[in-house]
Amino acid sequence: MSDHVSLSGSAARRLSVFKTYKLYVGGKFPRSESGRVYEVTDSKGNWLANAPLSSRKDARDAVVAARKAFGGWAGKTAYLRGQILYRVAEMLEGRRDQFVREVAEAEGLSKSKAAAQVDAAIDRWVWYAGWTDKISQVVGGGNPVAGPFFNLSTPEPTGVVAVVAPQESSFLGLVSVIAPVIATGNTAVVIAGEKSPLPALSLGEVLATSDLPGGVVNILSGRTAEIATPLAAHRDVNAIDLTGADEVLAKELEIAAADNLKRVLRPQPVDNVVDWTADPGTHRLTAFLETKTVWHPTGSLGPSGSSY
Amino acid sequence: MTMDKQSSLFEYAPAPESRSVVDIAASYGLFIDGEFAEAADGKVFKTVSPSTEEVLSEVAQAGEADVDRAVKAARKAFEKWSALPGSERAKYLFRIARIIQERSRELAVLETLDNGKPIKETRDADLPLVAAHFFYYAGWADKLDYAGYGPNPRPLGVAGQVIPWNFPLLMLAWKIAPALATGNTVVLKPAETTPLSALFFADICRQAGLPKGVVNILPGYGDTGAALVAHPDVDKVAFTGSTAVGKEIARALAGTRKKLTLELGGKGANIVFDDAPIDQAVEGIVTGIFFNQGQVCCAGSRLLVQESIQEELLESLKRRLSTLRLGDPLDKNTDIGAINSAEQLARITALAEQGEAEGAERWSPACELPSSGYWFAPTLFTNVTQAHTIARDEIFGPVLSVLTFRTPEEAVAKANNTQYGLSAGIWTEKGSRILAVADRLRAGVVWANTFNKFDPTSPFGGYKESGFGREGGRHGLEAYLDV
Repeated sequence: MSDHVSLSGSAARRLSVFKTYKLYVGGKFPRSESGRVYEVTDSKGNWLANAPLSSRKDARDAVVAARKAFGGWAGKTAYLRGQILYRVAEMLEGRRDQFVREVAEAEGLSKSKAAAQVDAAIDRWVWYAGWTDKISQVVGGGNPVAGPFFNLSTPEPTGVVAVVAPQESSFLGLVSVIAPVIATGNTAVVIAGEKSPLPALSLGEVLATSDLPGGVVNILSGRTAEIATPLAAHRDVNAIDLTGADEVLAKELEIAAADNLKRVLRPQPVDNVVDWTADPGTHRLTAFLETKTVWHPTGSLGPSGSSY
Repeated sequence: MTMDKQSSLFEYAPAPESRSVVDIAASYGLFIDGEFAEAADGKVFKTVSPSTEEVLSEVAQAGEADVDRAVKAARKAFEKWSALPGSERAKYLFRIARIIQERSRELAVLETLDNGKPIKETRDADLPLVAAHFFYYAGWADKLDYAGYGPNPRPLGVAGQVIPWNFPLLMLAWKIAPALATGNTVVLKPAETTPLSALFFADICRQAGLPKGVVNILPGYGDTGAALVAHPDVDKVAFTGSTAVGKEIARALAGTRKKLTLELGGKGANIVFDDAPIDQAVEGIVTGIFFNQGQVCCAGSRLLVQESIQEELLESLKRRLSTLRLGDPLDKNTDIGAINSAEQLARITALAEQGEAEGAERWSPACELPSSGYWFAPTLFTNVTQAHTIARDEIFGPVLSVLTFRTPEEAVAKANNTQYGLSAGIWTEKGSRILAVADRLRAGVVWANTFNKFDPTSPFGGYKESGFGREGGRHGLEAYLDV
């Protein structure tokens, strides 16, 4: 970066204003409570930013924020959640150039390849925005029990989901793991890819201006293992998505997650590289849903009287 | 009318179901690859009738070598079984369902002898549900393309299944029926106190002509189950039992590709509002906690009653409990049978004593317990707070903890204040209140103005530490498909 700039002449280069990248927790943009940062570089090793190096305390704070937001978010109508997810896509479209630059730098992609990633990510928000008010009918429904009962199964969000975002796909992969978690009413604590967290931290700025209530998505940057370990063991986290954890870490986290029987979405086997541009299907939605089945007698209206 | 007059008026003559419909052999082997065989190390254990402590039979106890042999047999059978057209697999399952219906009286008596639960329950609940479960999943076998898991969903392979002693044959049906319908083969371990109905099921497989190795039954203790779920060639693990063991299994499977479903403990809240029909609610409370001696994971073991009707409800409840008949499980008039084992009886006894020690008020109806066997009188605790052990821990016995609330918000908060999330009950005449409360309860099954109803089409399973995955219905297929 050049810091020597002439103030004379129309062709003079203007010194750019750097952004301090910050965490996104509870709708606010705090630094790490530890005061630590780490250097983030592009694929060629050039300095890009000092990102917050989150601590265990940051992880716990994020869980508190996510828990606080859960009731309100899960209680919103599916239609409204869809509106808000669609709003995220709208906001992203307006900041497309910024994300193309950030993704190109983060992943060492050409501008056109980075643009394809960002476009796919925006389209993915639209895809999940449409799912919010459809998934219940697809996976729930009435059950024809052999007796005089009304019986209905409905999916409900699991709760607070810790998400270890993919390491290799800093934006499309990230969006692909966040959107399905929150589409159904869960709230999320997301660990950005360790090496390339900047698109994730910038996504926080988009979410903050998309009518998404604070705390629904919380984004942390830092060492994946350092943040994921306390989240996997946290008693107030209901589920964990291990997509961005390597084999050794994933096993450790799964063991820790058993302490309160978190729902675990395991990473793909290593020989199976995830193609984030493929049709995502519904499994990332259903992985963080519980099925509730409600029974009620149907009674009868005949002259013989009510059956209950 | 006094209690004494009432009971003498309703005196019953003994009405025992005939034991002669079931022929229990002196010993049973393991069922591996279509044959009964002794355990490799020759180990055996005895299974007793909990109501009399009579030894019913001596059963082979599977060890690691037997687990390996059974998994190999299941693996070998998998290739052909999974390649069968779904319609052919369906016909095997339909045959099994029919044979269960034909032999249902024999199986009901057998189950009552081995488990201790009343014949009324095995005859009218367990066995009809077992047959219905096989019928239901038989029908899915050739319709999997339409189940919502994409075209041609594939089975996982060999399923290792470990089941509890509270509904031995029903839990077997919940495990085996969907596994076979989807094209998997199974190795199943029944509980050590109730192995017999699973071994009779092996005979049903023989009668149905089921290809050898598709179903393997390995009686044994916890170490047999641990060896089964840890076997490297098992693709799917399904467990029903305690939350502690469920967590151990989840840890053991970490880092593997084995798919896991768990159906674990519970501490269900049965919430009675002030406008509830008291008589129906009382019946529901009794069904909720005294069905199967309360040895039910989804039991309504916490009664949450609205403060204004507490007195009236408890009076009614106590009157009803005084009419429950405890005794010979084979007697058709028996309501309360035996506790399944000495170990379980000790656990219930200890927790009830702790309830008293912590200051809750204990009450039981006048109730004579038989001199042999494992028995526990229906028990009610009042003055229970959320801090009491008996309000938090699963007792798995005929013990009801009564708590009160004033507002629906308080009821929901108390109901959800548990590590578990399997079942809950709501009693009120107000429809919108049912729906609002049902919506906010974190439980997999909510019974409104009813309790402890089950059906093969209805998904069953828990939130939170009550486990994950669903059994029953279309949902139940997912656990056995590679999706």
